[in-house]
Amino acid sequence: MSNLIILPMLIPLLGGILLVFIRRYVVLQRFISMGALVATTGICIHLLARIQEQGILRLDFGGWEPPFGILFVADSFAMLLATTASFVAAVCLLFAFSSVDRRLEQLYLYPFVLFLVAGVNGSFLTGDLFNLFVCFEVLLIASYVLLYIAGGKRQLVASIKYIALNIVSSWFFLIAIGFLYGSAGTLNLAHLSERIAETGQTPLFTAVSFIFLIVFSLKAGLLLYFWLPASYSAPPPAIAALFGALLTKVGVYALFRFFTLLFYHEPQVTHQLIGILAVLTMVGGSLGAIAYTDIRKVISYNVIIAIGFLLTGLAVFSETALQGAIYYLIHDMVAKALLFMIGGLMVITAGTARMDKMSGLIGNYPFLGVAFFITMLSLAGIPPFSGFLGKVLIGEGAIEGQSYLILAAAFLSSIMVLYSLLRVFLSCFWGETIIGRGEQLVLKNGWILPCLILLAATLGLGLGAETIAVHVKTAAEVLMNPQIYIDAVLSP
Amino acid sequence: METLMIVLSGVLVTAGTYLLLSKSILKMIIGTSVLSHAAHILIMALGGLKTGGEPLIGSPEDAYVDALPQALILTSIVIGFAVTAIFLVVAYKAYQATGLDRTDKLKGGES
Repeated sequence: MSNLIILPMLIPLLGGILLVFIRRYVVLQRFISMGALVATTGICIHLLARIQEQGILRLDFGGWEPPFGILFVADSFAMLLATTASFVAAVCLLFAFSSVDRRLEQLYLYPFVLFLVAGVNGSFLTGDLFNLFVCFEVLLIASYVLLYIAGGKRQLVASIKYIALNIVSSWFFLIAIGFLYGSAGTLNLAHLSERIAETGQTPLFTAVSFIFLIVFSLKAGLLLYFWLPASYSAPPPAIAALFGALLTKVGVYALFRFFTLLFYHEPQVTHQLIGILAVLTMVGGSLGAIAYTDIRKVISYNVIIAIGFLLTGLAVFSETALQGAIYYLIHDMVAKALLFMIGGLMVITAGTARMDKMSGLIGNYPFLGVAFFITMLSLAGIPPFSGFLGKVLIGEGAIEGQSYLILAAAFLSSIMVLYSLLRVFLSCFWGETIIGRGEQLVLKNGWILPCLILLAATLGLGLGAETIAVHVKTAAEVLMNPQIYIDAVLSP
Repeated sequence: METLMIVLSGVLVTAGTYLLLSKSILKMIIGTSVLSHAAHILIMALGGLKTGGEPLIGSPEDAYVDALPQALILTSIVIGFAVTAIFLVVAYKAYQATGLDRTDKLKGGES
C-alpha cells in the first residue's frame, strides 16, 4: 500500500480543475501547470526507486481488497512510461508557452493538457479493466478538445473524423469488456490473468483478445492508422508534439499489458498476428513517409513506423526483445516530441509546410538544422543516441526467436526512417537560401530551450542507459512472468 | 430473456451502424448514441439478468443479483453523454465555419 501512487494522476487532475477557475491569468496558469507536471515527474522518479526496493506497489481504493475493488498497480513498466510521459509533457508545455498564441492560452489550453496527462498516467497505473476504459476516455476527451481548440477549418474537419473513429473504437472496447466480464466474471487484470490461465485460454478468450487487439490497434495506430496523419498534422506544433509523444504510446502500453499478462497462452495465434500487423504497419508507414511533401505528414508517418517497430518486440515475445521494446518506447516518446517540435518550428520559420518550397534553412537557422540532424540520427538508431539500444535488443531477441522476417522488416524500416528524414533534411536545409536577412525570424529562447532539453535527454538516455537499465530489466521480467504481477496484486 | 436482449442489442447495432455510415454529421452523432446503448444492453445481458434479489444488505433473499454491470453501464452512460456533448459542439463549430453538415463535402480540409 502506498498512497503516493495516486499522485501521478491526481496532481494533474486537481491542477487542471484549479486552472479552469483562473482562465484569465495566463502567467499564473503557466506557473501552476508547469509546477504540477514537474512535481508529477519527481514523484514518478521517486516511485521508480521505491519499486526497485520494495517490489510492485499497489493502492486499493477505499480499502476494498482485490479482486473486489478498483486499484492502482505500479510496476516498473508502468512507472517508467509514466515518468517519461510526465517529463515529455512538461517539455511540450514549455514549448507551448512561447509557441501558442494568447487567445488559445485563455481558451483552457493548459487545463486540457493536464487532463490529458492525468488520463495517460491513469491508464498506465490502473490495475482494473474498466478503470482503464475510463482513463482512456479521460485522455481521449482531452485530446478531442486539444485537437479542435485552434478552431480552423482544417482542425475541425480532422477532429470530426478523429472523434467519430475513437467513439467507434471505444464502443468496441466496451463490447470486449462486456464479453470478458461475461465469460471470466471479474475485471481485475491480475484476477483475469489467473482465471484465463485456469482455462488455458479457450477459443472464446482468444476471440475476445482479437476484439481488444482491434481496439488498441486503432488507438495505437497498428495497421489501423489511416486516421493518424490527418489528426496529428492539424493541431499547433506544441500539441502535435504532445500527441505524437503520448497518445499512440498508451495504446502500445495496453497491447503490451494485455498480451503479456492476459492473453499469452496462444502466442502462435495472437502474437503471430501482431507480428504480421507490425510488419504491414512498417511497410505502410514507410510508403507514407516517403510519399508526401508536407513535412507534417512525413513526421506523422514516422510515428506509424515506430509503432510497427515497437510491436515487433511484442511479437517476438522474449525477455530480450521486450527489454528492447521498453527502451525504444521511452526513446520514442522523447524523440517524437523533439521531431514534432523541430518540424513545427521549420513550418513556422519557413512559412510553408511543403518541403519542395523550403530550401537552405541551415543558412538562416543553423540550430534547427543541427537539431534536426541529431534527431534523425537518434530515430535511425545510431549510437550514442537513445534509439540504438532498443533497436539492438529487439534485433537480438528476434535472432534468438528465429523471427528473421520480422528482423529484416524492422531494420529495413529503420533505413526508411533515415531515408525519409534525410530527404526532408536535404531539401529543406541544404540548397540555396530563400529567406532573406530582412525577413528572417529570430528563434525565441522559448523555442530553443525545450529542443535542447529533449536533445540532452536523447543523448543522456543513450550514454547513460545504465541508469535505467535496472528498471527496464525488472519491467521486462514482470512482463515475461505474469505470476510476479499476480502475486503482488492478489496477496493480502 | 437474455437471448431477447441480445437480439435487441443486435437490432440497435444495425440501426446505429446505418446511422453512423450516413453522410449527415448529426445522424452520425445519433448513431454513436444508439451504438453505445446497444453496448450497454449487451453488458447487462452478459452479466446475467435478474437472478436474485436486490443487492442490499439486509434484504430477505439469499442470492443477490450482480450489481457490477449496472455500475459499469452507469459510468459508461456518463462518459457517452460527455463525448456526445463534445461531438455536438465540434459539429456545430464545423457548421459555423463551413456551413456544411455533410461529411462528403468536408473531405480533405487542407488549408
